[in-house]
Amino acid sequence: MIDIEQANRTTVERMMEARPVLVGVGRARDVIPGMHDNLLLHAGPPVTWERMAGPMKGAAVGCLILEGKAKGWDDAEALIRAGEIEFAPCHHHAAVGPMAGLISPTMMVYVVENQTHGNRAYSGVNEGRGKVLRMGAYSEDVLARLRWLNDVLAPVVHDALQLCGGIDLRSLIAQALQMGDDCHNRMVAASLLYLKALDPYIVKAAPNSDVASDILKALGDNPLAVLNPVMAACKTMADAGHNVAGSTIVTTMARNGTDFGLRVSGLGDRWFTAPAGIVKALYFPGFSEKDANPDIGDSTITETAGIGGFAMAAAPAIVTFVGGTARDAVNTTLEMYEITYTEHKYFTLPPLDFRGTPTGIDIRKVVEKGIPPRVNTGVAHREPGIGQVGAGIVTAPMKAFEDALVAFAERYGF
Amino acid sequence: MTATLVDIRRGAYYDSAFLMRLQRTLADLPGVQDAGVVMGTPTNQELLAAADLLPPAARAARPDDLLIVVRAEDEAAARDALARVDDLLTRQQVARSAERRPQSLETAVAMRPDAAWVLVSVAGRYAAGVARDALGLGKHVFLFSDNVPLEEEIALKQTAASKGLLVMGPDCGTAIIRGIGLGFANKVRLGPIGVVAAAGTGLQQVTSRIHQLGAGVSYGIGTGGRDLSEQVGAITFRQGLDVLARDPETAVIVLVSKPPAPQVADAVLAAARQIPKPVVVAFVGHATATRQLDNLYFAAGLDDAARLAVELTSPPTPPSLAGKGAGGLGDLAGPGARGSGFASTQRYLRGLFSGGTLAYEAQAILRDYVPRVWANAPLAKADRIPNALISQEHTIIDLGEDEFTVGRLHPMLDNELRIRRLLQEAADPEVAVILLDVVLGYGAHPNPAAELAPAIAKAKAAAEAAGRRLEVIAVVTGTDEDPQNLAGQIAQLKSAGAWVDTSNEAAVRYAGRILRTLNPPSPIPNTLSPIDLTTLQKPLAAINVGLESFAENLLAQGAQVVQVDWRPPAGGNERLMGILARMKGKTT
Repeated sequence: MIDIEQANRTTVERMMEARPVLVGVGRARDVIPGMHDNLLLHAGPPVTWERMAGPMKGAAVGCLILEGKAKGWDDAEALIRAGEIEFAPCHHHAAVGPMAGLISPTMMVYVVENQTHGNRAYSGVNEGRGKVLRMGAYSEDVLARLRWLNDVLAPVVHDALQLCGGIDLRSLIAQALQMGDDCHNRMVAASLLYLKALDPYIVKAAPNSDVASDILKALGDNPLAVLNPVMAACKTMADAGHNVAGSTIVTTMARNGTDFGLRVSGLGDRWFTAPAGIVKALYFPGFSEKDANPDIGDSTITETAGIGGFAMAAAPAIVTFVGGTARDAVNTTLEMYEITYTEHKYFTLPPLDFRGTPTGIDIRKVVEKGIPPRVNTGVAHREPGIGQVGAGIVTAPMKAFEDALVAFAERYGF
Repeated sequence: MTATLVDIRRGAYYDSAFLMRLQRTLADLPGVQDAGVVMGTPTNQELLAAADLLPPAARAARPDDLLIVVRAEDEAAARDALARVDDLLTRQQVARSAERRPQSLETAVAMRPDAAWVLVSVAGRYAAGVARDALGLGKHVFLFSDNVPLEEEIALKQTAASKGLLVMGPDCGTAIIRGIGLGFANKVRLGPIGVVAAAGTGLQQVTSRIHQLGAGVSYGIGTGGRDLSEQVGAITFRQGLDVLARDPETAVIVLVSKPPAPQVADAVLAAARQIPKPVVVAFVGHATATRQLDNLYFAAGLDDAARLAVELTSPPTPPSLAGKGAGGLGDLAGPGARGSGFASTQRYLRGLFSGGTLAYEAQAILRDYVPRVWANAPLAKADRIPNALISQEHTIIDLGEDEFTVGRLHPMLDNELRIRRLLQEAADPEVAVILLDVVLGYGAHPNPAAELAPAIAKAKAAAEAAGRRLEVIAVVTGTDEDPQNLAGQIAQLKSAGAWVDTSNEAAVRYAGRILRTLNPPSPIPNTLSPIDLTTLQKPLAAINVGLESFAENLLAQGAQVVQVDWRPPAGGNERLMGILARMKGKTT
């Protein structure tokens, strides 16, 4: 007979003991398992072009232009409709991408290695805020910046990482949680820590001081600079806990802008999906909820690993997303303890007297208590080509958890 | 005329989420069409431009500047909005949100691990689940909810009993734990009387009366109305009794029940008789043959129970087990074989009666002490002795029955047959007690003691010679004005070594107590794990799931309470609830 408690203990122990280290930056085609020239990876569970959300379509078109396969929307779409392009979730290739999450073959991706269990995960280079590919924008300026990130910044960062011997991301996350970050929506401290760790080596690795200056400015100006490595770090943790027979712990939560999907450690690679939710958001000037695309992105890997919305208590600066008072931020975290299996050994929360973050979403608890995981997230415009319009909080749809519970009961004979 | 006004604040940094909220507040002000509140970075300026919120004056903002732009229906509205900014930026958050309530029992327990109690008053269909979780977390349960299925009650109580936990209920309205009332309870002073009740208002009535009479209550343990049914088998009732038996501060115990199942009541009373404390019994509708049976005091009603309990607390002397006659049970407690001189073979009573009614009453009273008494004139046909000439186990023979009087005088006139039978029984190594009646008065033998006393002495001497102690008990029915002289008869019998009383009941009960000592009732099979008294003695802390007034009442009494913000599991979805319950069952 399956011992769920034992299985769950194993899962969360593996998740917490994973020690992700950022070891380099490489070309997607060269480093991501199964990546090939006609494959585009995207956020969330599988989705067809027909059902694909606007921002994801925009990002896909941008990728095909970037790859030199298309010149604009029309021939990109024609190529896709002709079946020349294959789409797959990042999650099927040990990768994660924020928002639309597109990764194309020639893109440079961060390589994060879990030095406890040996598995790796990958995520692209963050473009910053506003009008960016991951939010569905694909205009020439957006692509030009991406090319610079891929061709100039990424190789230097890779060399810098070689020089410094890698960056321990578990330690970086733990520090940032003590500095006011939730490590999902707010990564100000984490990004500065990242910059601080890299900058002596960027100065050495860059071909000249102008390039060094440009790279340091790009990283320093981007409060989300380390979002992608942190997501990949969380992915290595979640993957370390995946495929434990009998475990009811969620190891994937991801959205593609159309569907929310989750996977459970004890249920293998099966997705449980439900329509993606609408984010309760604060909007940039000139935008409102009618512009918002439903919830999108793989960044929920942070909540899956026990940070992000679950560590809201650490980030009083962004409490406006959850109600306005520091107490609300604490309450958000306290609520997540209701549905998690354990408290993190390494990620602690000063406002809760250094209690560990709520870690290991248990589908039993989610369904029993009717409390869905809370997620902090950005909001993309529903139309391709525009970009980010706001940020806020969203709850994962209960149906996916209920379906997973029923499937678990069928699989294990409960 | 639309007006767009700009306010630039140098070097004022605010987190963007904070600014977005301010922006929304401004945009919602009367007359305002749209507003932008951002740090003045080029990216943000582009965003403002796209929203028609970037008049030339705003372009002067630098990345470190706070840039506020308001577009309104007229200049006055725009000005009013900008005037609010300082207030909005600096306003203290007055309306702090409340402390978060736990949404589940397990979280509540994590918050208050010292809570020994969980109060459950949610709808009946969910109540058992909550109670089960509480037991799983090692908590006693006060289960106020009704409409809990009987099989659930049985399962809960069995689980609780195996873990040394109490389930008070379901449908338990009231309980008192060391002065703190749970559910509906009166403010009753602390004192030495412990109550176990399968009757909510019964508990309230008895404890209130005890208080009015100046005494107090240690515990009032409610069990729920079905606890004394055959199906439930008084699990909680027996646990409560055990708690009160062991509690050093409880001197007197009161048992209260609506009409119990007779067999269950008998089992409870058997357990109560093994407790070295007085126990007052108020079982509504439960007939008893006596007002007192050893330490059991049978009350005529609730009020009588309260009064009796209070009386028994002062002076707090438990009733003596010794009878008032010579050779009381005190002897039995002394040294010697079984502490009394009885040989190990000696276990049984033989009653040799001349009076039919006395023989019947003896049988009835002995039911309180031994499981079965054989008789030639039995109360129940099943107890008829196969052969009236040969006693077996406990036997009462009415020698006045026709089978013995054919061709001879009635034993009240002729002692010869009884004397022969007396010696015969005395020779039986299994016999410990011989019970005789001696009926005086007109028409009876003129001096029965003159014949019986020598026989008694002879029987006792023979037994003693064989290494046994034979107790001969005689009940003498008569008056001092009878021709035989009551006092003289008693004196003769006593001098022969008999234990004599003029009350049939007193004599029989004395015999009963000896028999009970020689044949101790098999200990009541204790499948119940004992309850750790310290969990009840520490200051009361509880977790309340359901009616908030219960939590408020506990707080008012100085107890610690965590209120759970409870919702039906899985939103009340039966299928999912079933799965969750099965998963719990298999893994705990």
